Amino acid sequence: MVEGGITVAEEQNVNQKAAEPKGASRVQPVPEQDFSDYLGIMVVVEQRAGVAKKVSWQLLGEAKRMATKINAPVYALVMGHNVRHLAEEAIRRGADKVYMSDSPVLEKYRTRPYSRVSLDVIRTFKPEIVLMGATYTGRDLAGAIATHLPTGLTADCTQLDVDENRLLQASRPAFSEKMLATILCKQYKPQMATARPGVFLELPADASRSGEIIDVPSPMREEEVVTEVLDFLEQTDRINLEDHEIIVAGGKGLGSPDGFKLLQELADALGGVVGASRAVVDLKWIDHDHQVGQTGSTVRSKLYFAIGISGAVQHVVGMQNSDVIVAINRDPDAPIFKVAHYGIVGDLYEIVPAIIKAVKEKRALPFATNSSAANASVAASIQS
Amino acid sequence: MHIVVCVKQVPDSREIRIDPNTNTLVRQGVPAIVNYYDLHGLEEALRFKDEMGAEVTVVSMGPPSADKALKQCISMGADRAVLVSDRAFAGADTLATSYVVGMTVKKVAEEFGPVDVVFCGKQTLDGDTGQVGPGVACRLDYEQLTYVEKVVELSDKDKTITVHRHLEDGIEVVKTKLPVVVTVLTELNKPRRASLPGVINASRFKPVVWTTNDFADIDRAKIGLKGSPTIVSKTWVPEPRKIDTKMLEGDNVAVVASELIEQLWSTELPTRLGW
Ligand SMILES: Cc1cc2nc3c(=O)[nH]c(=O)nc-3n(C[C@H](O)[C@H](O)[C@H](O)COP(=O)(O)OP(=O)(O)OC[C@H]3O[C@@H](n4cnc5c(N)ncnc54)[C@H](O)[C@@H]3O)c2cc1C
Ligand SMILES: Cc1cc2nc3c(=O)[nH]c(=O)nc-3n(C[C@H](O)[C@H](O)[C@H](O)COP(=O)(O)OP(=O)(O)OC[C@H]3O[C@@H](n4cnc5c(N)ncnc54)[C@H](O)[C@@H]3O)c2cc1C
Repeated sequence: MVEGGITVAEEQNVNQKAAEPKGASRVQPVPEQDFSDYLGIMVVVEQRAGVAKKVSWQLLGEAKRMATKINAPVYALVMGHNVRHLAEEAIRRGADKVYMSDSPVLEKYRTRPYSRVSLDVIRTFKPEIVLMGATYTGRDLAGAIATHLPTGLTADCTQLDVDENRLLQASRPAFSEKMLATILCKQYKPQMATARPGVFLELPADASRSGEIIDVPSPMREEEVVTEVLDFLEQTDRINLEDHEIIVAGGKGLGSPDGFKLLQELADALGGVVGASRAVVDLKWIDHDHQVGQTGSTVRSKLYFAIGISGAVQHVVGMQNSDVIVAINRDPDAPIFKVAHYGIVGDLYEIVPAIIKAVKEKRALPFATNSSAANASVAASIQS
Repeated sequence: MHIVVCVKQVPDSREIRIDPNTNTLVRQGVPAIVNYYDLHGLEEALRFKDEMGAEVTVVSMGPPSADKALKQCISMGADRAVLVSDRAFAGADTLATSYVVGMTVKKVAEEFGPVDVVFCGKQTLDGDTGQVGPGVACRLDYEQLTYVEKVVELSDKDKTITVHRHLEDGIEVVKTKLPVVVTVLTELNKPRRASLPGVINASRFKPVVWTTNDFADIDRAKIGLKGSPTIVSKTWVPEPRKIDTKMLEGDNVAVVASELIEQLWSTELPTRLGW
């Protein structure tokens, strides 16, 4: 079967710790190159119009954690036009050294000019590990770079680690999140992986950190690039759940699309946004950008309500890292309660209105902290 | 205009279960299907066949049983289908897969005419990496447009293509020169059903089968397990997070609701959220 190394491991007991699949002892590629001078962990910072994607800082945080284990430097690669502020931010977020390519040709992301810079930097400065966000752009670029180098690339990781032999242990969900597969790239460098947004923790920006910014020229001139970005149709109504701290998510238990009005009311009262399970997205009760889970967003919110959501594993992987989880379900055995900090059994149409009322009363109290700022945010979210 | 569609036959991962006693995957009875993103690539190619007489070639690397997937593509209207199948290809990761699929497209161009567009799915249902499309573009030195939800224009005269790429925060309108590899989302179109003439064609269909021996200049170090830098060191079922769930109960919902509020307000949340 032509299906990648994973199939060979399938038939055995997957709980056996570190069991080597049958295939692992078979011939592995013998590269001609000597990779012994590859050192350091590099994160490719993704940005649009000078604004970095959060996942870039999350990966720098994770890179720093791993680098401390193996005593390696942390590098960032920043590409774009007028992006020095991002290079500086990368240092505050954990990078020891930043390679920066600042050029009009890199103003908008296009595969060829971005991969040419990345390849130059990787080949010249030789990091042992390269990490990128598993975003649309990150995957586009990583797939191109890894093939050119060539090296192995593990997709969409949710766990990363590095062992005493400096091997990257890149783990990714497999088979609809039912399992994790740990993938290694033993014989090539750098070891590359894309990692899912919202899974890793960023470091707080530390203004006292210092680091070096190294300018790297872009090898391509505009005349050589045949791809043109004609327009960007921003979808302001599309929401990015990963940016929000409070998510009130609803599932099929809502019974009808109207149920989301109730959830919106709760979200507004708390200053949050509405999320959803895939079941209701498939039913077209709400747009896909509200979907949480394996095929939607992975969130790390401070407060997550799961209302009328059963708690399928594909949903849970997208929200289990939230700080406080409240589940409301009329089925006391619903699996969602296993991952919730607070559970309420009952009909959501009775419970949610009561919670809305209680929140409104509580927040209107004069001794509620910061009430003016909070009210402003509620007003803003009602307006929008 | 000559369009190649890359398809992969996959186990329907939605049907895969884990045996709770042994913690192993239960694959029995799991149907093999055409990766559904690939059907959207095929549909788009067939649209250009209808509109401008494009020729459509389907290619797949896989075991001999993948000819079923190719048959389905023929019944929908593809002109020909090539199965690349050899034990030596087994165990390929995305690097080795893109090498063989790239070689296949090159050979298709030599034998059946120059290729303008290669459609790939956004990702597969099993490996799920989305890395093969960009990999194939590199191998062929074609331009690459990923996550495409709409082909706005395909011009045979100018040899250009304009598409909508779907990004997290909006849609990017991009134009590039052919030849190109395009990876597609399901928003692109609705795949057609088999047509009657298609079904008749499919009933006498035998795929063109190529093995390693059919590629004169193939580098055997780059295929199959040998050509794959990534290896799976283990697969495992993660331990569920252990949480002390506090179940809130009371005589009526108002009591339960205010209990929840008291609990939430006793945490750090109000300060951290600026309530
Ligand atoms: C490959 C793959 C990817 C997937 N990706 C995702 C994903 O990204 N995100 C995702 O969410 N799912 C995903 N799924 C689907 C997932 O397996 C579940 O089918 C889905 O999460 C179920 O949604 P639900 O909980 O809303 O619906 P259900 O499972 O139908 O649950 C409804 C719940 O509502 C409760 N309920 C009903 N009425 C009331 C009421 N009046 N008051 C209180 N409770 C009530 C019921 O007790 C039940 O627990 C994926 C599946 C596959 C195979
Ligand atoms: C659970 C699991 C995890 C894996 N993780 C990794 C990993 O992290 N890194 C890695 O390098 N490999 C990995 N593999 C191996 C990988 O699945 C195989 O290399 C596979 O041959 C192609 O990758 P894909 O299924 O991810 O395809 P994708 O890159 O997701 O496929 C995109 C498109 O490419 C085309 N395509 C893909 N395969 C073929 C084919 N055989 N014939 C024709 N067209 C094709 C199709 O149009 C498809 O829609 C994994 C495999 C499994 C089962």
